[in-house]
Amino acid sequence: MGRSVRIGNGQGFWGDSIDAPLRLFRGGPIDYVTMDYLAEVTMSIMQKQKLRNPERGYATDFVQFVDEVLPDLKKRGVRIIANAGGVNTEACRAAIMESAKRQNVSGLRVATVSGDDILDRLDQFRDSGVRLAHMETGEGLFDADRKILAANVYMPTDGMVRALDEGADIVITGRCTDPGLVLAPVLHEFKLDGWDGIALGTVAGHILECGAQSTGGNFTRWWEVPDMAGIGYPIAEVSDEGGLVITKHEGTGGMVTVETVAEQLLYEMGRPDHYITPDCIVDFTSIKIAQDGVDRVRVSSVKGSMPTETLKVSISYLAGYKATGQLVVSGPDALAKARLCAQVVWDRLAMSGCHFDDTHEECLGVGVVHEGIVPPAENAPEVVLRLGVKDVDRAKVDRFGKEIAPLVTSGPPGVTGFAGGRPKAQEIVAYWPALIDRKLVRSEVSVVEVGS
Amino acid sequence: MRVSLSRLAHARSGDKGDGSNVGLIAYTDEGYALLRELMTPEVVKAHFSAICKGSVDRYEVPNLRALNFILHDSLGGGGTESVITDAQGKTHAQGLLLMEIDVPDDFELK
Repeated sequence: MGRSVRIGNGQGFWGDSIDAPLRLFRGGPIDYVTMDYLAEVTMSIMQKQKLRNPERGYATDFVQFVDEVLPDLKKRGVRIIANAGGVNTEACRAAIMESAKRQNVSGLRVATVSGDDILDRLDQFRDSGVRLAHMETGEGLFDADRKILAANVYMPTDGMVRALDEGADIVITGRCTDPGLVLAPVLHEFKLDGWDGIALGTVAGHILECGAQSTGGNFTRWWEVPDMAGIGYPIAEVSDEGGLVITKHEGTGGMVTVETVAEQLLYEMGRPDHYITPDCIVDFTSIKIAQDGVDRVRVSSVKGSMPTETLKVSISYLAGYKATGQLVVSGPDALAKARLCAQVVWDRLAMSGCHFDDTHEECLGVGVVHEGIVPPAENAPEVVLRLGVKDVDRAKVDRFGKEIAPLVTSGPPGVTGFAGGRPKAQEIVAYWPALIDRKLVRSEVSVVEVGS
Repeated sequence: MRVSLSRLAHARSGDKGDGSNVGLIAYTDEGYALLRELMTPEVVKAHFSAICKGSVDRYEVPNLRALNFILHDSLGGGGTESVITDAQGKTHAQGLLLMEIDVPDDFELK
């Protein structure tokens, strides 16, 4: 019987359940708890927070979680890996060290892994002729003037593996790939040889990266999923013989079946035989999955190959402003009245001289998200009218926000549901995906022990 | 007979740049053979004609009895740039399963 470890994911995205990682930590045997906090938009928000306060720019939810589990962490030998560092891994570690000191936890090793944040290096790249061309359009990043908000490289797992090799109990990273959070402990534990082993760990990470989406969340046959409220988050059981089983803690809700896992394998998939990560290229058409007991799915026969010479960079820049507002329109002819409401808003804005780069209207409840697939419900008893605008002029977008509420008294009857104040202009953070030569970046690892 | 695609397959969708992907998984080998034949990129594009403004690519994943569709330009600009309700294509899988298809009368259905 080979040695195996259990690696769980307790946070599928920024804003996921705050109790899930605690339940994963406490609900049964676990060796590693991984957590993903970084959506693409998160980095630009964190850069802004850091600009206002140099002590911020990381996921504060994570510190609260660590604060709760710290007393048990060393005792149980559980290690935590999270990309909670955002754009300020040092400040995130400082907050955790603070918590450890307050709770008299000693001997705790906390690592930061950075090197992904290249915002401050962009000028240097421009001057040395690195174009950072847009992956789809081919346009160079510096060909036009842009207000760049964040620039982060999706780093390979080498930094996280090194941190674990150096005995880190908690690994805090900046931008890395989501599957990398799971691949790192696999590589640390087993030093798997060859691309197939790296691909296996990557596939484990891909299945786990969206939390409960592999354990019954977002599953087509939702009515078959038991105890959705208490849904268990996914665990990858990896053995030194290269075995991989996806499961969850006993007694939790949800389910792990070939079907829930297959749906997640295809989630956000592009070309399935060529899934590129910084660590390898995975052929998803090679994978075999089979039920291996209740809530256990065995994944095998994963084929991988050498990664590319480039790494993906996620750059975000300001691309104007947007706002959306909504109202509920009810009663006879709700749909016709909702459409009139929309026309009134656009006409009044035009009368005040406001024309927008883009406008959008939706009558939710009539079949909007499946437009053209379902016949419009012309007789809907109520409709949520949702209006949106985009423009480079913030003042105009704010002006739009002031034109929604007046409809309650100066539009057709049966209009309600205007709550939460006037919609305000929000920055549009646009993405600029580019590739960079992997020789231009390097993972930086630092391990610090509490009390030392 | 004419049945909903949801009787033959399950699906999940998400965003992929300014487009979405829909992974469509057949319940049986026979179902997969039928889907491979029926669910061409053209058929899927026509089904999503009001939603998908670009082309549709199809990839086969036979080991999972699955087809993976990429619906280009289907999110109103994508991610944070979009003001449409489903800016991430989360609903596109359910939308695809609403399709009705013709199957032999004795076809095994879920």
